Amino acid sequence: MITDYLRQVRSVFVSLRLTVVLIALSIVLVFWATLAQVHLGVWGVQQKFFHSFFVYEGLGELRMPVYPGGYLIGGLLLLNLLSAHIYRFKAGWRKSGIWIAHAGLILLLLGELASGLLQRDYQMRLEEGQTKNYSESSRRNELAIIDATDPGFDDVVAIPESLLASGTVVQNPRLPFRVVSKGYVPNSEIRVRSDVPNAPPSPATAGMGPMVAVVPLEVTYKEDERNLPSAFVELVGPDGSLGTWVVSTGLGNPQTFPYAGRSWKIVMRPERHYQPFSLTLEKFSHDIYPGTDIPKNFSSRVRINTPDGGPGREVLIYMNNPLRYAGLTYYQAGFEPNDRTTILQVVRNPSWLVPYISCGAIALGLVIQFLMHLAGFARGRRA
Amino acid sequence: MTRRMPLFVVLIAVLCVLSGVFPQPGGPAPAVTAFGRLPVLSEGRMKPLDSVARSTLLVIQGRQRVMTPDDREITPDEWLLDVLFFPEKADTYRVFVVDNTDLLSLIGKNDDNLKIHYEKTSDQIAALVGIISSSQRRMSFNEIAPYLSQIEAQEKLADPVPPQSRTRFQAAVVQLYGNLSHYLRLRRALIPEGGKDFLGELLRLRENLSDGVAAVQAKEAGKPYDEAKASALIAEGQKFVAMAESTDLLAIPPDDDVADPNEWHNAGHALLETFGKGDINPSVLAYAGMGYAWRQNQPASFEHIVRLYGTSLERRFDRQVRKTRIETVFNSAEPFYACMMIYLAAFLFAALSWLKWPEPARLSAFGLVGLGWVLATAGIATRMWLEGRPPVTNLYSSALFIGWGSVGLCLILEATHRNAIGSAAAGMIGFATLLIAHHLALAGDTLEMMRAVLDSNFWLATHVVVVVTGYASTFLAGMLAVIYILRGVFTRTLDKATADALARMIYGIVCFATLFSFVGTALGGIWADQSWGRFWGWDPKENGALIIVLWNALILHARWGGLVRQRGLVCLAIFGNIVTSWSWFGTNMLGIGLHSYGFTEAAFWWLSAFIALQLALIGIANLPLDRWRSFRA
Repeated sequence: MITDYLRQVRSVFVSLRLTVVLIALSIVLVFWATLAQVHLGVWGVQQKFFHSFFVYEGLGELRMPVYPGGYLIGGLLLLNLLSAHIYRFKAGWRKSGIWIAHAGLILLLLGELASGLLQRDYQMRLEEGQTKNYSESSRRNELAIIDATDPGFDDVVAIPESLLASGTVVQNPRLPFRVVSKGYVPNSEIRVRSDVPNAPPSPATAGMGPMVAVVPLEVTYKEDERNLPSAFVELVGPDGSLGTWVVSTGLGNPQTFPYAGRSWKIVMRPERHYQPFSLTLEKFSHDIYPGTDIPKNFSSRVRINTPDGGPGREVLIYMNNPLRYAGLTYYQAGFEPNDRTTILQVVRNPSWLVPYISCGAIALGLVIQFLMHLAGFARGRRA
Repeated sequence: MTRRMPLFVVLIAVLCVLSGVFPQPGGPAPAVTAFGRLPVLSEGRMKPLDSVARSTLLVIQGRQRVMTPDDREITPDEWLLDVLFFPEKADTYRVFVVDNTDLLSLIGKNDDNLKIHYEKTSDQIAALVGIISSSQRRMSFNEIAPYLSQIEAQEKLADPVPPQSRTRFQAAVVQLYGNLSHYLRLRRALIPEGGKDFLGELLRLRENLSDGVAAVQAKEAGKPYDEAKASALIAEGQKFVAMAESTDLLAIPPDDDVADPNEWHNAGHALLETFGKGDINPSVLAYAGMGYAWRQNQPASFEHIVRLYGTSLERRFDRQVRKTRIETVFNSAEPFYACMMIYLAAFLFAALSWLKWPEPARLSAFGLVGLGWVLATAGIATRMWLEGRPPVTNLYSSALFIGWGSVGLCLILEATHRNAIGSAAAGMIGFATLLIAHHLALAGDTLEMMRAVLDSNFWLATHVVVVVTGYASTFLAGMLAVIYILRGVFTRTLDKATADALARMIYGIVCFATLFSFVGTALGGIWADQSWGRFWGWDPKENGALIIVLWNALILHARWGGLVRQRGLVCLAIFGNIVTSWSWFGTNMLGIGLHSYGFTEAAFWWLSAFIALQLALIGIANLPLDRWRSFRA
C-alpha cells in the first residue's frame, strides 16, 4: 500500500509531464513578472516573483499566495531533473548530450539561487578629485548616529531602516542612549513647516524637527526615482528623554547635538558599504556624436588607493569595461548633468563564474545531442 | 513551354532588379543626382544629402515620393533642393501627414475641406470604394503655417507627459511639432530666412568686408566710424547667428588644415568665422552658388558648381565620398523593396506548385527565393560595410536579419526536401519581415549611430546575431506549422508523407531554435556580466529571450514525453510565433529596461492582430480531422 503510494509519487517526480508543467508555469511566471515591471520596477519584481516561494496577491491587508514563485518552481525543476536522472540512469553515448546539458542546467539553477542570495548592489557617486572608501545602497537606508568628538575619527552606529519601520527599540553598547522609533514614513517630502499651513503637529521636538513638516508620498518603484524615507526618533538617556528628532534622507546634512560631554551627529542616509581601499576620480569624460545628443561613450579614470599607502593604480572604467577589484565589480552606470560627477554601479557577486561554466555545458550538450539527431536523420534519408 | 518557366521567371525578376540600379530616361538631371551624393555630417555620421532627404521624408510623410501641387512627381533630391534653396516652392508641397482628427480640427481641417474632388467619373468611383484615397491626409507647410502658435502651445502641454501615457492627440501633436521643426531646420540649413538672393548678399559682404570690419572696430574703440557700413555688417552677423542656432545639418567640411572628421560645422557657424578670417568659407559660397543657379533655373551653371564642389570634397575625403556614393546607389536601388516583391512572387509560385505544374512552379519559386536571398545578402552586406558594424544594430536591422536567416534555412529545407514547402515558408517570412522593416524605417535613419551602452562590435556580432537567429528559426517552425494547417484544412494536398515530412522539419527547426536561442541568451548574460557585473537582471528583453528558450524546451519535452503528437506539435509551434513576436516587439512596448530602444506605437495594434490570427489558426487546427479537407478517408 505504502510502496504503491511511493511508487506513484516517484513516477510523478521522474515524469516528463511534470517537466512540461513546470516549464509552462515558469513561462507564465516570467511573462507576468515582465508585465509587472511597469509598476513594480525590476527590483520589486525580483523580490515578489523570483526570490520567493509564492507570489502573493490580494486586496489591502489580506494577501494570499496565488502562484508558485521562482524558488518553488526552480526547486521542483531541480528535483524533477535529479530524480529523473537517478531513476533512469543508463550509461552510454546516446544520451551524453542530454546528460551534459542537464548537468549544466542544474548548475545554472543553483548558481542563480546563489547569486539571488549573495549578490549585492551599490552605487558610488564621485566628483572629479573626490575620494571615497564606501559605496551606497541605491534602495536601502540607515540611521547613522555618529560620535564626532574626535575631529580625526568618526565612531558610527548604523541602524537599518527596517528596524525604524518596525518600531524596535535599539540599545547599543556604544551609545549612551536608547533609540526609539516614534513613526516612520517610507517615502516623503520634507518642507518648511510654514509652507504647509494645515500640517498635523509634529512629534519632533529637537534639531530641525519643529521647523519642518513631513509630507508622506506614495512609495515609488520607478527605476529613476528613489524613495526618501523619514522617521521620528526619540533618544532616551538614563535620566529621561533627550528629545525627538526628525530624520530623513531628504534632509541632507546631519543634525548635531551635544550629550554627556561628547558631540553627536544624527542622520538618515543611504546604507553604506565600506571597503578597505578607496577610489579617487581623476577625470570623467563624456562624448556625444557631433550634431546630436546621442552619447558616444563615457568613461571614468579612477585611482585605487590601497591601505599600504602606495602610489595607487590608475584604471579606466568605461562602457563594457568594468573594474573588477577585491570581489567587487565597478561599472560605468551614468553621470550627472554637470559632466564632472560619475555614477559607478558596484556589484558583489561571488558566484559570477557559475553561469559561464553552466551555460557552456548546456550549449555543448545541446550541440552534441542535435548533431546526433542530424546524423541519424541523414542516415535515415540515405537508407 | 512550362519546362522553361523557371528560367523565364527568374530572368524577368533579375531584369526588374537591375532596372532599379541604373538611371532611367526621364529621371532627374544627372546634376541633381550628383547633388544628392554630396556628403554632410548629420545625426552623428557622414552621409549623402540623398539619405538626409529620404529619411526626412520617411519621418514626416511616411513615403519617399513627393507630389508637387501641379501633380508632378519629384525625387527626394529635388524636394531637398527646393527646401534648401527655394523654400517658397517647397512650402507648397504636401509632405506633412496628419491623421488625428483632433489635430486636424486644430489646424482648421474637417471632412468637407479635406475631401479630394476628382474630375473623372472613374476616379470618383475608385475613391468611393476606397481604391484611391478620398480625402487629403498630407498638408503643405503653407496650410499649417497659420496655426503654428497653436501647435506649439499644445506641444508644450503634451511634452512633459511620458511617451507611453500620452493620448493619441498628444502623441500626434508632439510628432507634428517635431516634423515641423525638422523641416524648418533643413530650410534654414544653408540660406537664412528670406534669403532670396543669398549669393549676391555674400558677394557684397565679401567686397565690403574689410571696410565693414574696420568700421565696427572703430566703433568699439570709440573712434569716428562709418555708421552705414558698421550696421550693415552687424546685421549680417545677426543673420548668421540665427542660422547657426537653427539647424543641425553639419554641411560645411572642416578647414583644409583640420584633420578631425568630426569638425564639420553648420553654414551659420562657418559664416560667423568670416569676420575673424577675413574671407567667406568657400563651401558656403559653393552652396549659395548652387542655390542661386537652382532658383534661377540655370541647369548648366548648377551642374558646374556641383561638380566643382564635389571634386574638391573627393580629393579631401575620398574614402567617405566613396561610401556616400555607394549609399546613394543603395538608396535608389531599394534592394529590400525589390526583395519583398520577389518573396511574394515566390510564395505564389510555391502555392501554385501544389495545385498545378508541380515541378516548374516549384523550381520557379525556388529560383525566386534564391534570387531574393542573394539580393538581401547584398543589401545587408552593403549596410554592414557602410556602418562598419555587425548585421544587427537596431530593431530595423533585426527585422532584415530575421528574414534573411529564416529564408536561408528555408533554402536548405527546400534543397533537401524538394516539396515547395521551404519556398512557401521563405516567401511568407521574407515578405512579412521586410514589410515590418519598411514600417520600422519610418522612425528615421536606419543606419543611426549606436548608443554608448551598445557600442561593442564583438557582442553585437555574437550575442545579437545568435539570438536573432534563434528568433528567426522559431518563426520558421511556426510558419511551417501554419502551412501544415492551411494545406491540411483548406486543401486536399496534404497527404500522409507530406504531413510527416512537415512534422519532421518542424521538429528539426525547433531543435535548431532551442540551441540558438539558448546560446544567444547565455551570450547576452555574459555580455551583461562583462559590462554591468551581473549575469541576469530580469530586464524585459532578457525575459523575452528566456521565454523563447523555455517555450522551445517545452515543445521538445512535450514531444519526447509523448504528450503531443503531430497536431499537438504543430499547435505548439504556431504558439511559438506569439511568444517570439512578443519578445521581439511586445517587450519594447513596455517602455522600461536597458533594452527599450525600439519605437513601437502603431505596432501594438499589429502585434495584437498577429496574435489573434495565430490563436485562430490554433483553433482551426483543433477542428476534428473529418472536417479537414486532407486526410479524409
